[in-house]
Amino acid sequence: MSSVSKTARVATPHAAPQTSVSPTSVSPTSVSPTSVSPTSAAPTAQSHAAAKSKKTGKLHKGPSLWYTAPALIFFGVFALIPLVGVLVLSFTTWDGLGAITFNGIGNWVRMFQDPLVMNAFKLTIILTIVSWAVQTPICILLGTFMAGTQKYRAFLAVFYFLPLLFSSTAVAITWKNLLDPNFGVGKAFGIGWLAHNWLGDPKTALWTVIFVVSWCFIPLHSLLYQGAVRQIPQTMYEAATIDGAGPIRQFFSITLPQLKYTFATDSTLMIVGSLTYFDLVYVMIGGGPGNATRILPLDMYLKGFKSYDMGGASVVGVIILALGIAVSLILNKVSGSDKMESQMEGA
Amino acid sequence: MKGTLKAKAIRLTAAIAASATLLTVSACGAQPGGGSAKATGANATVWSLTDSTWASVQQTFEDWNKANPDAQIKNESFANDSYKEKIRTAIGSGNAPTLVLSWGGSPVTDYWSNKNIIDLTSDLDSTVKEKVLDSVAAEGYRDDKLVAVPVGQVQPAILWTNKAVLKEAGISDAPQTWDELLDDVAKLKDAGKTPIALAGGSKWPYLMWAAYLIDRIGGPDVMQNILDGKKDAWSDPAVIEAMTKIQDLVDAGAFGDSYQSMSADDKKDTALLANGQAGFDLMGSWVYADFGTINADFAKNDLGYAAFPAVEGGKGDPTMLTGNLANYWSVAASAGKESQQTAIKYLKENTYSDGIVDGLLKSGGVPPVKGIEDKVKSADDGTGFLTYVYDSVKDASNYQLSLDVALPADQGQALLNNLEQVFLKQITPQQFADAMNKTL
Repeated sequence: MSSVSKTARVATPHAAPQTSVSPTSVSPTSVSPTSVSPTSAAPTAQSHAAAKSKKTGKLHKGPSLWYTAPALIFFGVFALIPLVGVLVLSFTTWDGLGAITFNGIGNWVRMFQDPLVMNAFKLTIILTIVSWAVQTPICILLGTFMAGTQKYRAFLAVFYFLPLLFSSTAVAITWKNLLDPNFGVGKAFGIGWLAHNWLGDPKTALWTVIFVVSWCFIPLHSLLYQGAVRQIPQTMYEAATIDGAGPIRQFFSITLPQLKYTFATDSTLMIVGSLTYFDLVYVMIGGGPGNATRILPLDMYLKGFKSYDMGGASVVGVIILALGIAVSLILNKVSGSDKMESQMEGA
Repeated sequence: MKGTLKAKAIRLTAAIAASATLLTVSACGAQPGGGSAKATGANATVWSLTDSTWASVQQTFEDWNKANPDAQIKNESFANDSYKEKIRTAIGSGNAPTLVLSWGGSPVTDYWSNKNIIDLTSDLDSTVKEKVLDSVAAEGYRDDKLVAVPVGQVQPAILWTNKAVLKEAGISDAPQTWDELLDDVAKLKDAGKTPIALAGGSKWPYLMWAAYLIDRIGGPDVMQNILDGKKDAWSDPAVIEAMTKIQDLVDAGAFGDSYQSMSADDKKDTALLANGQAGFDLMGSWVYADFGTINADFAKNDLGYAAFPAVEGGKGDPTMLTGNLANYWSVAASAGKESQQTAIKYLKENTYSDGIVDGLLKSGGVPPVKGIEDKVKSADDGTGFLTYVYDSVKDASNYQLSLDVALPADQGQALLNNLEQVFLKQITPQQFADAMNKTL
């Protein structure tokens, strides 16, 4: 058995309930205790074996490694090669037309002294932290609600999921017009405070962006939590009910702890996602007013494709990439989800 | 030969790599360039724009292809912004279409200095000089060589007015001087209107104010020094005064309280004027057709237009204009010899041909062509607008190309950024000058 296929097989039963998005795989019946317990009993032994075969590098028995070729080729051509290209470009001067000349760490020094980059860095951190802090609690609550069996739940869920179906450009244009102080909802219905120049006031622009970003992405993350909540064995709740725990106590003592790995996965998605927000901000306000929403990806785009400073833009690109990888690794380590221990002992 | 091929390959890879990663990381849906637009044999390729004013130019390609079965011109149309993003990558990687469209300014300078486009002087100099108005033709020359041939309509920035709104506020005529404009702003504000509609969200409308004010105060030399990259050219007293005047206007509430987010692409500023919420709008002549679409009644009865007011004691001539000059065709150096010949022959036959001139006038555009007064007059819809634009351009003492195009790209972007901060009063005129001097 190859190290690849073996680890995959070991990891899947544990990882899947936490991360799966597909509604079909999260139907309550598929997680009856019997189907979970056997695999959860022996994870450590198997992962040891996986580690061993990794070291010895023995050839595999399972499906041919050639099956990975299409994915690897795509990854190589569309991710690795451009990545290396951008890393190289970050040490060069290039306007997109002329010769590419090497200039050492010149771009890096310049970018780290560029007030626009520093400002973008600060804005990106704020955007990331705040949109995570706003979305997570809402998503957990919505996800838990939607996982239930209340009346009208399915009907309401459709509305919660709607934003997920819209393209972000359409969302950006719609919100931009809704929030327009002269032609938007505020003006139309004569609601004074709503006719505030939300996107044009440097003080409110970033918060407005965070609001729209949240509106746009809460459905996706709620869906993840919904799947995770449905994976929690009913027996746990039954036992808790017998012990006299009410719904709120059950939420805090069973639901929340059981969502640990989903929380880690989802936070990673959310944080890495907010590091790369571009389209919404670009279409809605384009980094303005006065750089109030000029976040890193936007700064990179404007440097590269408006100022034709490919070297500088590549530096910003590498910074974003490094930030994204660092955040995912740290989250993975801190949450312990790289170990993916079972949480269902005794379930 | 091998060396250039290799260099080309490296640059193509770099171009794709840059576009791909920058766009993947930013999760952007726009399609980057890199696709080859190269033609074979005597065939040529061209990328043009989808704007309605381009219909008459598209027609010439169709006609050409019918008449020249052995030398086809393959035309692909793009929206404005996606074209701008695509063309540079295509040129940089040696895959440019045979006919390269531009707006003049620094991109043409870049293409020329990198030998991406060829010298057209011997083939087309006489055609251009004979047909095109001097101020527009001049932009196509680099090092005294013709490298870009004008095409399309001329688009100066005009001070549009809503006559009904002005009347309501007790203003009889468009302002002739800066002080009159300030008075009008106060009156409009008292009448509960947004005095001047300004699409600040798009940033580039700010440039029109800056360009006109700098020229009216200091004359054309100030801007020329900046374009020549002279040291500390932005510290010129005329620049400082222009920025101060801009902030005076902002303080006077001239732009209302929502200009920062208004987008010119959504035509929010023109809608404010057309719907009677604003008195003035400084915007390119291309919005003329939009006014009719937004409010036909207004366009017919209440739409007014005027030159940017003079500044008392200023050195500038009030006939000076700023805005877009025209579009320009260049011929790509990377195209094969025969393709280039096809392109040149096409340009010889079709540079402001009668068909293009008539088509432009019909769609409300003014071609910058010499001696077409009669045609312009007969095409007029009764408002006299086409004649006004034609005469203004013809009589302009100086026609400053939009600064973001005229300046090198990095300086143009820095200008947009700093000028926005002037309008938002985040920096002082002096800080603006200091920041801009650093870019020279």
